[in-house]
Amino acid sequence: MARKTECVAMLLAGGQGSRLGILTKDVAKPAVPFGGKYRIIDFPLSNCVNSGIYTVGVLTQYQPLELNDYIGNGQPWDLDRLNGGVHILSPYQQIKGADWYKGTANAIYQNINFIDRYDPEYVLILSGDHIYKMDYADMLDYHKKNGADCTIAVIEVDWDEASRFGLMFTNPDGSIYEFKEKPKNPESNKASMGVYIFNWAALKKYLINDEADEKSTNDFGKDIIPKMLADGQRLFAYGFNGYWKDVGTIESLWEANLDLINPNADIDLSDDSWRIYSRTPVAPPHYISSTASVNNSIIAEGCEISGDIDFSVLFENVTVEKGAVVKDSIIMPGTVVKSGAVVQYAIIAENAVIGEGAKVGERPENSGDAQNWGIAVVGKGVKVGNDEFVSAGSMVDAD
Amino acid sequence: MRANNFMGIVFSNVHEECISELTSVRTMGSVPFGGRYRMIDFPLSMLVNNGISKVGVITKRNYRSLMDHLGTGKSWDLSRKRDGMIILPPFDYGAAGLNHGKMESLRGISNFIERADEEYVVITDSNVLCNFDLEEMIKSHGASGADITIAYKRGKKPSGLDNLMTFTLGRGKRITEIAIDEKGDSVANYSLNIFIMRKLLLQRLISTAMSHNLSNFERDVIQSNVDSLKICGYRVDDFAITIDSLAAYYRANISLLDNDVRRALFTRERPVYTKIHDEMPALYGEGSNVSNSLIADGCVIEGTVENSILFRGVHIAKGAVVRNSIIMQGSKIGEKAEIDCVITDKNVTVKPRVSLKGAKTYPIYIGKNSVV
Repeated sequence: MARKTECVAMLLAGGQGSRLGILTKDVAKPAVPFGGKYRIIDFPLSNCVNSGIYTVGVLTQYQPLELNDYIGNGQPWDLDRLNGGVHILSPYQQIKGADWYKGTANAIYQNINFIDRYDPEYVLILSGDHIYKMDYADMLDYHKKNGADCTIAVIEVDWDEASRFGLMFTNPDGSIYEFKEKPKNPESNKASMGVYIFNWAALKKYLINDEADEKSTNDFGKDIIPKMLADGQRLFAYGFNGYWKDVGTIESLWEANLDLINPNADIDLSDDSWRIYSRTPVAPPHYISSTASVNNSIIAEGCEISGDIDFSVLFENVTVEKGAVVKDSIIMPGTVVKSGAVVQYAIIAENAVIGEGAKVGERPENSGDAQNWGIAVVGKGVKVGNDEFVSAGSMVDAD
Repeated sequence: MRANNFMGIVFSNVHEECISELTSVRTMGSVPFGGRYRMIDFPLSMLVNNGISKVGVITKRNYRSLMDHLGTGKSWDLSRKRDGMIILPPFDYGAAGLNHGKMESLRGISNFIERADEEYVVITDSNVLCNFDLEEMIKSHGASGADITIAYKRGKKPSGLDNLMTFTLGRGKRITEIAIDEKGDSVANYSLNIFIMRKLLLQRLISTAMSHNLSNFERDVIQSNVDSLKICGYRVDDFAITIDSLAAYYRANISLLDNDVRRALFTRERPVYTKIHDEMPALYGEGSNVSNSLIADGCVIEGTVENSILFRGVHIAKGAVVRNSIIMQGSKIGEKAEIDCVITDKNVTVKPRVSLKGAKTYPIYIGKNSVV
């Protein structure tokens, strides 16, 4: 029997992340590589551990193989524990049949037994889609102080972006009186970060009722939160003002990677007091040859660099040959950029080969078609032939 | 020969006197090397990559840093319910323990050896950098029917070690003559001090030597048995460097800048494992100028670095120039400082505008936590 635990975290990691296109063709979004040595899920997992939350259920559904493999027994995050630790929770068969996770709320509903084993007071709901460093313990203190039933972390976003988010309308004391999911004409810019703390007893009741309601979409934002508000439960907004970025699109993923180099972006991964842990590959330090030039970049272990690198993030074991140029780009593990190739404004996935003299991506100002300009993406294992051209905004997949 | 029929014994302390600068605060095994490793990572990885899952690490003194590095052995896949890595602290015999050499240490772990189920032992030191396929040496041991097989390298012998054995080989790789600490610079077959033998033979050799009050492993156990036992050599043609002086240590580090050396030591088939530090990857700032250098995670580089090895978490400030140097973990080189042919130990701070210059044959060493 598991010991009683004050707060259990449930990390929703089953989403496909379809807007990331070929980058999530065979991995779930939380397993997408980020920042030279991390994966997106390292951020919520490390935040949990750094906040003293050591019981984490990870709900997987879409393409779970690589994610399961990556999390393993949780040892890189110190989540291999006698009581609690990390648990992969995939959909399973029950006596009355088997169901996929129909929505975020349903995913938690199907794992009520898991949560009940720890008999927690509070449940923290997280998603594996964001890059941020946050102390959930502070948020939990805020939740307790307010005697809330549910606390939702919010961040003030730019007004012109607000319509993409679930928005909170709050009283001066922080309590929420209205919630609108992606409204056309936003009147608030307090966006939900997808981080919720619930009193478990209250949430459990709502999950059971929600499941019984056949019209429900079984979603936290669309169903559970509006229902709780309508019932007059105590809902509070917890304001967060650090770096937070949704990396659900190619552009935002690219931008968030390059934010790590930007001295003005408020995200510092070298801070010892709030480390981001990851499963570290076994590779020697990287080698910069005498023909290389490296500026404003992040380079991981095992790389062999002989070309020009500027404003880029290179993951482990990347080779950039002499005379190749990599600018404003993200190069994932094991990729080779051959001599004379030019990679600009691009994301190159794992183990790709960019042939000699090939050109991938274009600078926005050089692109003939400014309307359709975008980040070029080369998929996992793709071989771009010598002197081939991959235009801005296009995605190249294997075969 | 099944891999789980072998166990490893690694000496973490021997030959420390030859790089006393680096070993005054640590063991030979925990001397940092190559940007992110410690010397002991090489023998441990070699044993593990051959499927050996029981390794005893013999310690003698100053082994706190070694314990910190090894932890439970997890990083080498040696944290196990059955077998795994066992740190063997020194055994106090009271007044009897006078000689602190290998024999004394082996006698101290006689219980550990006695209890082991494995039929064979592989014994190594920690001052040899190599990453060859141990499987081949084990096969050679089996094929030759030798009692003891010792790995050796042919070349100019390292002159800074005590008890260095050089071999004369006869037919069938049998070692017919062993010289110890032979004078002269000539090319020789010198020992890499990697031994394979049956556990029972090792036990017998230890107890015989002890009962005759003989205490020198190389002289009293190996050399004196050159006729009575069949001792064979296994020639290592792959990369192998013996660290026998600070200059050799410096050269070995710098040699990693050679593509061939790096590829020989760090192969995909036989990875070298080490303790994980969750540092972010290296960050290069505006105006950084790095050439022919090996850079580890966690470094922040805003200055110039040439022909150097940077360990984890090193900071090179704007305008600083680092040439031909080895900068260990957590050191900071201040703005416009210039250093050339320098080895800084861990957490050294070189203040802005300081200038230091050593020679390649005689690098300047700066001790742990110093401020220059």
